[in-house]
Amino acid sequence: MPPRPRAMGPRPKMEKGRMKEVLFRLLGYITGVYKIQFIIVILSVITAAIGTAVGTGLLKNLIDEGIAPQIGKVHPDFTRLYEVCATMGAIYIVVAFVQWLQGRLMINICQGTLRTVRNEMMEKMQNFPLKYFDTNSNGDIMSRYTNDTDTLRQMISQGLPNMVSSFLTITVVFISMLRLSWQLTLVVIVFLGAIIYMGKFLGGRSSKYYVKQQDSVGKVNGFIEEMLTGQKVIKVFNHEKNCEEEFTKLNENLFDNASKAGIFANIMMPIMAQMSNFLYFFIAIVGAALIIKGVIPISLGVLIAFLQYTKNFTNPITQVSQQISGVVMALAGADRIFKLLDEKPEVDEGNVTLVNVEESEDGTLEETNKRTEKWAFKKPLEDGGFELVRLKGRVDFDHVDFGYNEEKLVLKDLSLFAKPGQKIAFVGHTGAGKTTITNLINRFYDVGKGKITYDGIDVRDIKKDDLRRSLGIVLQDTHLFTGTIRDNIRYGRLDATDEEVEAAAKLANADHFIRLLENGYDTVITGDGGMLSQGQRQLLSIARAAVADPPVLILDEATSSIDTRTEAIVQEGMDRLMEGRTVFVIAHRLSTVRNAKAILYLENGEVKERGEHKDLLALKGNYYRLYTGAFELE
Amino acid sequence: MIRKIASYIGEYKKNTILAPVFMVGEVAMDVLIPYLMSFLINDGLQKGDFQFVLKIGVLMLAMAILGLTFGSFSGVHAAIASTGLAKNLRKAMFSNVQGFSFENIDRFSSSSLITRLTTDVNNVQNAFQMIIRMMVRAPLMMIFALVMSFVLNAKLASIFLITIPVMAAVMSCVIFGAHKYFKQMFEEYDHLNNAVQENLLNIRTVKAYVREDYEIKKFEKISNKLVDLSKSAEKLIILPTPVLTMLVFGIIIADGLWGGQLIVDGSMEMGDLTTLFTYAVQVMMSFMMVTMTLVMVVMSGASAERIVEVLNEETTITNCENPVMEVKDGSIVFENVGFSYGGDDKLVLSDVNLSIASGETVGIIGGTGSSKSTLVQLIPRLYDVTQGRVLVGGTDVKELDMHTLRDNVSMVLQKNELFSGTIESNMRWGDENATDEEILRACKLAQADEFVQTFDNKYKTHIEQGGNNVSGGQKQRLCIARALLKKPKILILDDSTSAVDMRTDALIREAFAKEIPNTTKLIIAQRISSVQDADKIIVLDEGKVVGVGKHQELYENNKIYREVYDSQVKGGDDDAA
Repeated sequence: MPPRPRAMGPRPKMEKGRMKEVLFRLLGYITGVYKIQFIIVILSVITAAIGTAVGTGLLKNLIDEGIAPQIGKVHPDFTRLYEVCATMGAIYIVVAFVQWLQGRLMINICQGTLRTVRNEMMEKMQNFPLKYFDTNSNGDIMSRYTNDTDTLRQMISQGLPNMVSSFLTITVVFISMLRLSWQLTLVVIVFLGAIIYMGKFLGGRSSKYYVKQQDSVGKVNGFIEEMLTGQKVIKVFNHEKNCEEEFTKLNENLFDNASKAGIFANIMMPIMAQMSNFLYFFIAIVGAALIIKGVIPISLGVLIAFLQYTKNFTNPITQVSQQISGVVMALAGADRIFKLLDEKPEVDEGNVTLVNVEESEDGTLEETNKRTEKWAFKKPLEDGGFELVRLKGRVDFDHVDFGYNEEKLVLKDLSLFAKPGQKIAFVGHTGAGKTTITNLINRFYDVGKGKITYDGIDVRDIKKDDLRRSLGIVLQDTHLFTGTIRDNIRYGRLDATDEEVEAAAKLANADHFIRLLENGYDTVITGDGGMLSQGQRQLLSIARAAVADPPVLILDEATSSIDTRTEAIVQEGMDRLMEGRTVFVIAHRLSTVRNAKAILYLENGEVKERGEHKDLLALKGNYYRLYTGAFELE
Repeated sequence: MIRKIASYIGEYKKNTILAPVFMVGEVAMDVLIPYLMSFLINDGLQKGDFQFVLKIGVLMLAMAILGLTFGSFSGVHAAIASTGLAKNLRKAMFSNVQGFSFENIDRFSSSSLITRLTTDVNNVQNAFQMIIRMMVRAPLMMIFALVMSFVLNAKLASIFLITIPVMAAVMSCVIFGAHKYFKQMFEEYDHLNNAVQENLLNIRTVKAYVREDYEIKKFEKISNKLVDLSKSAEKLIILPTPVLTMLVFGIIIADGLWGGQLIVDGSMEMGDLTTLFTYAVQVMMSFMMVTMTLVMVVMSGASAERIVEVLNEETTITNCENPVMEVKDGSIVFENVGFSYGGDDKLVLSDVNLSIASGETVGIIGGTGSSKSTLVQLIPRLYDVTQGRVLVGGTDVKELDMHTLRDNVSMVLQKNELFSGTIESNMRWGDENATDEEILRACKLAQADEFVQTFDNKYKTHIEQGGNNVSGGQKQRLCIARALLKKPKILILDDSTSAVDMRTDALIREAFAKEIPNTTKLIIAQRISSVQDADKIIVLDEGKVVGVGKHQELYENNKIYREVYDSQVKGGDDDAA
């Protein structure tokens, strides 16, 4: 049973070669861990198919040897009948058992493979560079975990065993038929050709309507999504009627195409079903005629058994034709999953780590496991020893070039410095490169040319995790995790105590509204915190950074949705926390950046002006114009 | 619930009835054909009577064609009926949602509404088709096959009396057992999807805090739990197949043993036995089909419930009887207004008394969570007051015709949307019949014309869903222009210029003062400069009006206002003012 009804798209196109590659890789996953189980499944399938065929074949013996010879006898001898029945019974018990065994093992294999695939995807994904997430839509990545995994599940749990057993049944039945009468088998083959042709024809027609239907589904769903998201705007503009009219049009269109696609799919079933009947009577007539005319030397019992086989023959053939499209879809899904797994992870060649240190009176540093207010970079030396470099928070950009793609450089030969312990602000237009700068400092992206140093160490030499641990970041778009408010703040430092969490919330001025919530800090956030305003979410995200208590902090439009009065309070708290540490601030609101030690005005990836608020105003340059409102920001 | 859904079959009643009727025909053929087969064997093949074989064969052919025809007709009608039902459900839901008040909309999140209109409708459509086809076909097959078996040989057929209850017992155990696991499994699926979604949205946070391993572990825990639950459910689901195999072949063997003796006795014919074999398979298979279909239908019940919830949701705001069809002027009065979102417990607005004259410009200032938006949303009756009343043009908004009221009160929402289409088509939301000149004028007023002119296609520029291809400031100005096109008596801007620079913001206000002096203008803003020149500034704090007055008065007498002002211009610079 499918866990979720999935949107079935038109049959995806894939190269034959690629399909084979994907299939083998997939089989590799299945057989890799579950080799023995998989072999047993295959054996079970074979046993079941043979068992069923032999069992059916025994019906002939039952009639011809068990019953027929005894007809008319006064003292019939049923020994043979009992024998045959006992054999059949034994065979069926085995068949039932292997059916169960196959199902049971298949659960292990299928669910196990899915788990491996899912976990592997998540594991790999977490280590992808940010570029991957910026260039692939969330919906697209998401569907690897949902639709694609689901088609995979259906294929492994149903498609594969069904295909194998169908093919086997076909082969076994075919051989049995051949052994009974090759002449009749020939008739069956001719007939079969007709069925397959028919199936192809109908399948082609129905897939045409299917594609149309999917197209309409897409349109209707898109419309529903857009309109329901903007429902409040619709109300405000009294636009309900127009919307409904538009929807009715799309809806009617969907109905037209869906009903046609449905009709084709529905009439396939009776046609295929009756084919088996046609075949039956066809064989009966031809067979009878041939036997009566003496053309083929078989008994009527043989013909009857043969007729039984023809019934077993058409069924698996229709099954295979149905399964094939499922398998193709699953392979396309598997292909997408494998492509994700094959993405390259972030490069991390750094070997400098971040440690807490204690400073003795003479100024020498010593590594410690305690949380101190002091950090140092631990740099391995060539002789195998280590050097501790005190983390001060000096950041230098040395002739940095960078672009998100090759065509356009966002930063051009940018050089800038941030002195330790200062609050540095970046202002400038959209696209000026403010966020890009922070993306480079914490190596969400790597510089194209030039280098960035952190206390004199190239950031590429610092282990990525340690580099990022040294930088707290608060972003404009705050998304929260499902869990309590407390969990969300604690995300900044997993071992923070409840008191520390609450202290951080107080510092971020979030404590007040949190306490007003029904369950206070234990209020569970679901659906990305829809019940909280954007401003409140920003406060939480600041609290999260505060609890992390990082040596260097980056605030990227972190207070844009908070009113200026609250912002002033938050700022004061953060300034106290970060006293003596380096803070980078990006904002379009000037009240946010005004008290920074250095304000960098950026334009087209270059620093145009640098200085304190009042210096820059005195300069009467771009910053001045920005401040007096001659430019538009955002 | 079922009745409610069924009432939307509507014009497809005919198809809904015809589908199972034709299905009866198909089933009849399906069971008669094996019956003929036994004739074919008994009286034709066994006796070597070729003429008879031919006669029966042709009859079979005719029946097969009839069966095919009936089956196809049934399929056609079933397809039309089920897609028709889906169409009607979607239409009814969509139309009901259009009548929703903001309160209703808040109750259902838009993502949940989308799922209900798409996935859930799809589930019900499939289940409905199952019901009118399979739930007719399978039981009929079973009954026919049973009856025929008894007609052929009552003694042998009595074996079913044992096998069917056994199968029923097994199936009901499986269904009940699996239902529990499946429910848990679906929930776990939601968790899994949620976990992935969150990680995608939060990837910057995850990486910034170096929580990759933490997230991987979190995910693995969910993933493992899902696998465990799926395994438990599936372990049960695989049971019926081997049991069915055992039973079917048990019947065949029993038939063979018993029937063999009867044949030798001469009280039964050989052909009957093979036919009985066929029926045995048919009875048991269709029995399993019935139960499996039942499971699917039950599982779609949850979807049906969710659909009915939307259909039954009554809008909380409706027109009164004999509503007033005219808004006299743009004056607004709040009388002892209190408001809470849930009910009466937590008032987010209380004791609001305000009087705004027609044509006034009013600024509204207040901190995060001070209910500024809530206050203005009461004016076009997007929400109904919990206490007191709101008057527009001297009439209680509850007595005004909603359509008229909203035509006269134009509001630019804080979280605003543009819709896919051109700039022009978006503008026409304000006034369907607006002339090009009117659109141009509105855009000029909103200071949007200047950047629209820089686009290659000017007013024909394509806007993407949600307006994502224009900048925040541009989007806000287009939304203002759209609102202006309604030529309202009252214009409300809910933080609508936050991404617009101060100069443009000032130009917009200037244009408003000059060009639409008689329109009452309410401006919510975070920037003091946006409201400084207003005729009246309202200061809100935690749902209460704590000050009303002009800038200078408030600056002198109102602590909160002064703090807000200082937080923006501190650093001692007059240029900001």
